[in-house]
Amino acid sequence: MRQVLATIAVAFTLSLASSVSAQSLTVGFSQIGSESGWRAAETTVTKQEAEKRGITLKFADAQQKQENQIKAVRGFIAQGVSAILIAPVVATGWDAVLKEAKEEKIPVILLDRQIDAPDSLYLTAVTSDQVHEGKVAGDWLVKDVGSKDCKVVELQGTTGSSPAINRKKGFEEAIASHANIKIVRSQTGDFTRTKGKEVMESFIKAEGGGKGICAVYAHNDDMAVGAIQAIKEAGLKPGTDIKVVSIDAVPDIFKAMAAGEANATVELTPNMAGPAFDILAAYLKDKKEPKKWVQTESKLYTAKDDPMKVYEAKKGLGY
Amino acid sequence: MQTTPISAALTRKLRRLGPQLAALFAILALITLISPGFLSITVQNGRLYGSLIDVLVRAAPVALLTIGMTLVIATRGIDLSIGAVIAICGAVAASLVADGYPLVAVLVAVTAVGLVCGLWNAVLVAFLDIQPIIATLILMVAGRGIAQLITEGVILTFNNDDFADIGSGALFGIPVPVLLWLATGLLVGLLVRRTALGFLIEATGINRRAAMLAGVQARFLLIFVYAVSGVMAAIAGLIITADIRGADANNAGLWLELDAILAVVIGGTSLNGGRFSITASLIGALIIQSINTGILVSGFPPEFNLIIKASIIIVVLTLQSPALGFIGGFLRPPGNAGQPIGKASAEPRAGEKAGTTRTDRAPTTFSTQERTS
Repeated sequence: MRQVLATIAVAFTLSLASSVSAQSLTVGFSQIGSESGWRAAETTVTKQEAEKRGITLKFADAQQKQENQIKAVRGFIAQGVSAILIAPVVATGWDAVLKEAKEEKIPVILLDRQIDAPDSLYLTAVTSDQVHEGKVAGDWLVKDVGSKDCKVVELQGTTGSSPAINRKKGFEEAIASHANIKIVRSQTGDFTRTKGKEVMESFIKAEGGGKGICAVYAHNDDMAVGAIQAIKEAGLKPGTDIKVVSIDAVPDIFKAMAAGEANATVELTPNMAGPAFDILAAYLKDKKEPKKWVQTESKLYTAKDDPMKVYEAKKGLGY
Repeated sequence: MQTTPISAALTRKLRRLGPQLAALFAILALITLISPGFLSITVQNGRLYGSLIDVLVRAAPVALLTIGMTLVIATRGIDLSIGAVIAICGAVAASLVADGYPLVAVLVAVTAVGLVCGLWNAVLVAFLDIQPIIATLILMVAGRGIAQLITEGVILTFNNDDFADIGSGALFGIPVPVLLWLATGLLVGLLVRRTALGFLIEATGINRRAAMLAGVQARFLLIFVYAVSGVMAAIAGLIITADIRGADANNAGLWLELDAILAVVIGGTSLNGGRFSITASLIGALIIQSINTGILVSGFPPEFNLIIKASIIIVVLTLQSPALGFIGGFLRPPGNAGQPIGKASAEPRAGEKAGTTRTDRAPTTFSTQERTS
């Protein structure tokens, strides 16, 4: 439903990147839509990266619908673009259109998500590793608490969603060999601020006013922002009394970090297109097939990384 | 009705609310068994603090929506748009606050936006005679889009402690959201029950045509109930937005209309319209929130959340089922038989013989020939 609603919100846009240089590449980009701030940032960054390289970007917003994406890809093929980027909305149903692209010898690069299709049909997939993201967050906590005992409460993403499952798994792997760190409570906060706050409130009450809790691990920054408010309202200091570590690196968490209320966040980079364009340039130059999966960096940010500067840099990306 | 002794009226009221109160206390007792300390309330930073207080605070949005929804359902309508209206009002509130408008102006503007949304539904239902479920579905779908246009797709945050107090502040130690829903409930309750409004709403819900022939301004009443529903959504939107200091157009109020409908049904008001009880619906909202908070403090894995919630609600509704009414009939005082099949409430009929308090004042002439249209 949310996707349908988002669809209505977003007027259909088909924009062309402004800079056109004579011998430049033309690349088609079929984006899912703009259902989240991160998605909007990915679109902005993709346009920026294309402009930086003098690539003409043909952008199509699929408004959460695969048929729109397939239509857009066929359109790109008809226009004879040099390459196509797809951020696939679903994993299945891509074989036919990818074969058409292959017949026309147009390389296809997947962004952000994998698909269920023979990997000969696309050049490569540029995605993050969600398990690794959870692990980076867990490793930070392991290092930060040292040998002290630490009771962690976990705010999970939407139950059953792949980021929730994978980010939980990665974090658990990181703390598995450290008996001093234990997850004492884990509930879903549905990736939202409201639920993050509500769940954190109940965690604090259930754990004796929050004094026993040493850290909160949230599967995304929005829930962490909600949890920070809950901690403050319970009369505790987020970042000090209860450490806050989360994933995504959206601008608002850097504001909290600058205020000392959040400790660490792991970036899910919106820059998937940059590596994709680099791979494409290398491929077009010497026709050597790249690896089928390129993992983006899951960068850890802490208070040492000048959070206000990161905030200012990220603010304009459309998060 | 002034002749009815107060104690008798009170007894009747308790009978009406009996099943809901019993369910609420049973759920609270169950949670306390699983997680002792659930009932403990302390004063911290000059305000009441505890899980029970959380239930009251977190119930605020659904409780407010329930007030409007009860009236709408009593006219045999339904309002699916309120979740989206919350998103619109939240977006408007956050953008105005962020632009530095004074608090009073923001409150007035947001209430007006909620009112306009309600009136939009009312026009579709009352004048164009579109079925309420379809009429309000339009705004349900479009509303979240409008909200996203206002927030431009981002979570619109602001820094304003005065406005944030609506969501997380306290007055005399009592959290503001609790005061808001209690006061609003009392106000609307008095308005419909101390005037003829409630009686006329019930008449409209039971048989709009008959009510109109009898001289009831059914159109005006429909406009009134949808407008109230819109304003309630606006207040709920203010609370939700103030609580997280930001407007999240995607998630604010998402699916809350369904929780509100559920609260009304748990409260024993029939979806077929007619007799209603705002108090019972509010208890219904508390039941839902008790379950939600109970699940959070109990420490079950989140995979069980929905199953637990559904199971408890099935039990509550089964206990109210008219088909089971004959079992209860043995336990109730005489004069209790004849529960009409198809009425989704366990309202004890015993009190109806006196039939003169306001809650029981459903026009019997209508109810015998009810639901013909």
